[in-house]
Amino acid sequence: MQRAALDLWVGVFVVAGLAALLFLALKVGNMTGFEQGETYTVKASFENIGGLKPRAPVKMAGVVVGRVSDVSFDNQSYEAVVSLTLDEKYAFPTDTSAAIMTSGLLGEQYVALEAGGEAKMLANGDSLKLTQGAVVLENLIGQFLYNQADSDKAADSSPMPE
Amino acid sequence: MINRALNSIRNMGGRVVNSVSRLGMAARFFGLTLLHSGQSFSRFNLTLREIYSAGVLSLTIILVSGLFVGMVLGLQGYETLQTYGSEEALGILVALSLVRELGPVLAALLFASRAGSAMTAEIGLMKATEQIAAMQMMAVDPIARVVAPRFWGGVISMPLLAALFSAMGIFGGYLVGVVLIGIDAGSFWSQMQAAVSFQDDILNGVIKSLVFGVAVTVIALFEGFDAPPTAEGVSRATTRTVVTSSLAILGLDFILTAFMFHGV
Amino acid sequence: MSENLIEIRDLSFGYGEHMVLKGINLTARRGQVIAIMGNSGCGKTTLLRLIGGALRPTTGSLMVDDVNVGKLDQEGLYKLRRRMGMLFQFGALFTDMSVYENVAFQLREHTDLSEEMIRDLVLMKLHAVGLRGAHNLMPSELSGGMARRVALARSIALDPMLIMYDEPFAGLDPISLGVTGNLIRRLTDALGVTSIVVTHDVQESLKIVDYVYFVSEGVIEAQGTADEIRASTLPFVHQFVHGEEDGPVPFHYPAQSYAADLGLKA
Repeated sequence: MQRAALDLWVGVFVVAGLAALLFLALKVGNMTGFEQGETYTVKASFENIGGLKPRAPVKMAGVVVGRVSDVSFDNQSYEAVVSLTLDEKYAFPTDTSAAIMTSGLLGEQYVALEAGGEAKMLANGDSLKLTQGAVVLENLIGQFLYNQADSDKAADSSPMPE
Repeated sequence: MINRALNSIRNMGGRVVNSVSRLGMAARFFGLTLLHSGQSFSRFNLTLREIYSAGVLSLTIILVSGLFVGMVLGLQGYETLQTYGSEEALGILVALSLVRELGPVLAALLFASRAGSAMTAEIGLMKATEQIAAMQMMAVDPIARVVAPRFWGGVISMPLLAALFSAMGIFGGYLVGVVLIGIDAGSFWSQMQAAVSFQDDILNGVIKSLVFGVAVTVIALFEGFDAPPTAEGVSRATTRTVVTSSLAILGLDFILTAFMFHGV
Repeated sequence: MSENLIEIRDLSFGYGEHMVLKGINLTARRGQVIAIMGNSGCGKTTLLRLIGGALRPTTGSLMVDDVNVGKLDQEGLYKLRRRMGMLFQFGALFTDMSVYENVAFQLREHTDLSEEMIRDLVLMKLHAVGLRGAHNLMPSELSGGMARRVALARSIALDPMLIMYDEPFAGLDPISLGVTGNLIRRLTDALGVTSIVVTHDVQESLKIVDYVYFVSEGVIEAQGTADEIRASTLPFVHQFVHGEEDGPVPFHYPAQSYAADLGLKA
């Protein structure tokens, strides 16, 4: 193989390999994200965040308006404190509520925002007052069984027709 | 009867001792290769030739296999995810499987079969036709001139090939999931981006492929250098390269995965 | 500078009980062609490897150009080897390089000469062996005899003081035999080198050598000039030179008696 052709092919190979790595890093992984564009951060405390992870989407009306940037624990209030990084383009009222939802039955969890009615808008560093924690499956099942047991008892203790 | 049992135990013990001493020889060989690597970089065109042999010539099998593996992942993944209504997670499934495991491991296995066996055969034949002895008689160190450039060629090529395999695989998954089946392209990519982390997944995958590259190349070069200088010896050494490399890849994969991913 | 390029005194080499060479005494003067003959497995090639430093003598001394080869370290050995050339049995050309690059190999590795100088030298060496026109061919395109001539050109690239030939006549057609034999003689005379030829081709080598050593079972059985060897009455030498079927080297591999094998005797 001539030297020039060899160099060319090795160059093509290395470039292709690096391009693949770049593709993986940027398009597949999340080196991009909301670091592009201006953002502001608000906090929200939850009783239970379930499986919420950093970089989970924050949606309102189903549209992604931001990402979860940090999850920490408040030792005073014994609640989870989630930092939400929101796109500067969008402004939300100060009484916006946040709930942790699941996409699909076993899908990933995300934060769903619902707009309130206040005139004043959220600013960087504000906290959301109204929050609803994640639905924990075990509690749900426990509740269901408890309700079931209750209605059974009620049925048992109701007077029998003559 | 007892004699036969004793004999087979003796044989097994002998084989184990043999394998251990070969491992030691291979480790020493590896050390020598590293020591004599100066020329591989000062005369970089030697290494360049080997990157061509090991890397460029493996491109076809890597790209085609990556594509097919990704497409199969897409099909199988869709079938399973559908039962839980989580089809949009297909992107995550394909990407994580490839980047964390299948990319590095399968690319390394294919590399071992194609480039590793070629290296073993090359060096074994050079030894059998006395080219290595001729080099030594001409006061040229064969490890520096022949072995070390091949080592660095393999180690440089391996992560690039693994990345190409993963990229082609994800593209294959995209083809099947989005183009063929009709999953939403947006959720395919966005869910993937949300779940695949650069540090945890991609970087670990690259580290894995580097480790595999070193293992496969050292095994291939050692088997070739150590092969008996006959036609039969060389062909046996070539088979041994593929078998030993494959076992080493899978074993190392387990160890590395245990280290890297047990917390996630 | 002594007259003898190679002086071997009482050399023995072997592994434990099995001694391949025992008590070898051999000298080679500068500018001579020495042949080492004997049947297969008698230790001829081992002797070459000892001279080249690939093996270390168990006992005895081996001096090449007044340097004790057995005591050299790696660097000293490499320095000495730059002044030696070796022609391997089937050429041992580097198959991934062209004829030109094979001959240029040592020049490129060990000297800082410019490409123009290297080109001139390579073509000169190839011209000496008659293959200047083949310089672009790859080794796979050469016949056996041509490959060996290229290997010869390669071994004289650095103008060595000693050239060793391992079975240079093996497997050649009559014309190539004549060519090779003449080349060995001509190069030795023209370059003033010393040549050691290990061979069992009696006819060709006796035509060109100055002195012959006969090795059998690791010892030197006989030595002398070409004429002395031809006239020798020693049984081993006689059998070898005249190609007799039976003699000190028996025809039959050791076995029990024929009658016993056929079951004729109890």
